[in-house]
Amino acid sequence: MTEQVSAPRRKLPVLVSSGAALVVALLGWLIYGGLDKNIVYFLEPHELLARGTDAVDSPVRLGGLVRPGSVDWNESARALRFDITDTTQSVIRVVSTGQPPQMFRDGQGVVVEGRLGRDSVFAASTLIIKHTNEYRAPKAGEHPREAYKTLFKGAGP
Amino acid sequence: MTRLLALDALWFALIASVVGGVVAPFALARGRLRWVAVVQGAVYANFALVTVATVTMMVALLRHDFSISYVAQVGSRATPAFYTAISLWGALEGSILFWAWVLALYAAAVVYINRRREGLLVPYTGVVLLLIALFFHVLLVGPANPFHAVSPVPADGPGPNPLLQNHILMAVHPPLLYLGYVGMSVPFAFAVGALLAGQIASDEWIRAARRWTVTAWLMLTAAIIAGMWWSYEVLGWGGYWAWDPVENASFIPWLTATAFLHSVMVQERRGMLKLWNLNLIVGTFALTILGTFLTRSGIISSVHAFASGTIGYYFLAFIAVVLVAALVLVAGNSERLRTDGRFDSPLSRDAVFLVNNLLLTVFMFTVLTGTLFPLVAEAVRGVKVSVGEPFFNRMTLPVMVLLLFLMGVGPALPWRRGDPAALRRRLMIPAGFGIAAAVAAIALGTRAPYAVLTFLFAGFSVAANVGEFVHGGRGRRTARGEPLHLAIWRVARGTPRRFGGYLAHIGVLVFAVGIAASSTFRTESEANLKLGESMEVDGITARLREVWGREEPQRQVIGATVAIERGGDTVAVLSPRMNFYPTSQQPIPTPDVRSTLLGDTYLNLVAFRPDGSGATIKMIREPLVPWIWIGGGIICLGAVFGVIPPRSRGGEEVQA
Repeated sequence: MTEQVSAPRRKLPVLVSSGAALVVALLGWLIYGGLDKNIVYFLEPHELLARGTDAVDSPVRLGGLVRPGSVDWNESARALRFDITDTTQSVIRVVSTGQPPQMFRDGQGVVVEGRLGRDSVFAASTLIIKHTNEYRAPKAGEHPREAYKTLFKGAGP
Repeated sequence: MTRLLALDALWFALIASVVGGVVAPFALARGRLRWVAVVQGAVYANFALVTVATVTMMVALLRHDFSISYVAQVGSRATPAFYTAISLWGALEGSILFWAWVLALYAAAVVYINRRREGLLVPYTGVVLLLIALFFHVLLVGPANPFHAVSPVPADGPGPNPLLQNHILMAVHPPLLYLGYVGMSVPFAFAVGALLAGQIASDEWIRAARRWTVTAWLMLTAAIIAGMWWSYEVLGWGGYWAWDPVENASFIPWLTATAFLHSVMVQERRGMLKLWNLNLIVGTFALTILGTFLTRSGIISSVHAFASGTIGYYFLAFIAVVLVAALVLVAGNSERLRTDGRFDSPLSRDAVFLVNNLLLTVFMFTVLTGTLFPLVAEAVRGVKVSVGEPFFNRMTLPVMVLLLFLMGVGPALPWRRGDPAALRRRLMIPAGFGIAAAVAAIALGTRAPYAVLTFLFAGFSVAANVGEFVHGGRGRRTARGEPLHLAIWRVARGTPRRFGGYLAHIGVLVFAVGIAASSTFRTESEANLKLGESMEVDGITARLREVWGREEPQRQVIGATVAIERGGDTVAVLSPRMNFYPTSQQPIPTPDVRSTLLGDTYLNLVAFRPDGSGATIKMIREPLVPWIWIGGGIICLGAVFGVIPPRSRGGEEVQA
């Protein structure tokens, strides 16, 4: 091996380690920046309301219960309106489009994802039924056999 | 009494792993070579004993022996036998038992396959595998004991998690994932075994480790794709990947394992990156344990998270032990891990592998950060946050398209130093294919920059990798006068590792095209239909014929019969359903899909009228989705091709 070849050999570690440090720093900065803009807070109605005007127009997942009697489903316009409430009785009006899921009903736990508008109405892009995987006995009317009697009479293919 | 038999078997397996994993290394270190046989015996005994426990559990499940706690937890008389059998991995305790069995199987296979190999590398590898087994045995006799007695014996049980008994892929995805995840312990064991045996400087261990990594990588890849497919077929949203923490948990070690499969070639060829490769192996193993912690400790709520409890602390402690032990061993051997070669030119295959590793590592850290951030935020600041798709897409798409590009460049470059003019000549045709693919994509309406780049680089790199086959075949045809297809086959079989890798590249590129096309051109619509009414998406009509209900032993099913029409002709009849299980308050959606090579028509039953007069149907058209699964198949084919040794002529070993 000539000297020409072995000379850069000693330089390389410095170059590599400083390059690596630069890459790590850049990466950390990028990831942090990406996280900062893209995290979505999971809040209950009282927590969202407590944020005041800061809450307007930032993406949020809002979790709570469907306030009984508040559901208004306009089938022709495919528009759904209902209130989400929590243990503190804070209430937020939610609008979304599209058919609510089969299990959507008064008092049901739901999570909606979207943004609070300036008019204090929460525009939801997705609506998920919140449920636990734990077993509990179905309440009256929850058992599909009872709820959809007519369907089971005419058993399908 | 079978319960006590199984529990005893686990205790004896624990003792065997203490003897072989804790006592034996001290004896081996003092030069007592008789202990080599003890380690072997302990590995085989461990396998036999864990097999007894696992078979006992399987029999108990199938016989509905509700006196055993795990059976009482996941069994039910109404569940079909098939889903009862696969509920072995349907909850925490059973999955840990299955894990221990897969690990015991791997350990026995490693020791058996290498039984004639001289030296202390394999015995020490067995020691490390037994130490890992010891951890799982501690879980099995402690916090994850599946063999508790239940008294009084219940008459029936709740059955497995509804999501896990709703689709046949649940028989495929979990075992593959275990084979992949647990398989990563083998290269780790070889690495630590080589450190313990003082043989880290030799190439012996790295060859063995590489081969086992390809096997585990194959399983993990197949598992991830089966998981995507399951999610597509069952969850009802028409997607296959959501950057969900549990998906990420399987993907993060895949990234480091993939990086290792590339950088190991630099070590074999050039004697460089020894320390880096060791780190990748240790990191991959630690990330599989971290993934198990994330999915099994209940820290993330999902279909994978079973019970909460103390088990998470065991995993965290184990990860800490693994990392500290590896750090100490590596530090003690740093002199032996010095690099022999050096990089000559940025225009070389060596350099492309380096960039590939850099990108895969960046990718891994990004996904890891996004996955762990919500946990850290909740622990430190007490806020509940989620890091969603926008973060992952924004951060990882640039890395992904660069990797697609490099897949075409790397194979065209020689080791050490490439010639720019030769590279230009070689990549001229692939570049033409890439530009053609991008122009076609734009003409068809692709506007998203990353999608266009995906088509561009996929066209380029597929052509470049196919070109390698043709190039190799032509050379042989000229030399031996064989027909081209035969020449290609023989060249590929002669260096299976190399061409297996190219095949895997082609698979990844096809996979990427499937994803880019299906996410770019997805169209969907949702409508309330009365019987006889129809909806239309992308030129395809779906007409609701019937809404029906059906009782099955373990569930109630409500379905819609929908005719798919094209130009007035019925081309298919689909039945999207909702399955109601007694253990779930919520019906499990069961979409129905019509697949053609050009794309899928995906129907999901969103809601129905209780009187059967109508239903809400979600209809999604996604082009090229089947190519995601086909691409996955090609990747696996490439890995199989690469791991099967070439037919040796007179025992010569062909090195790629």
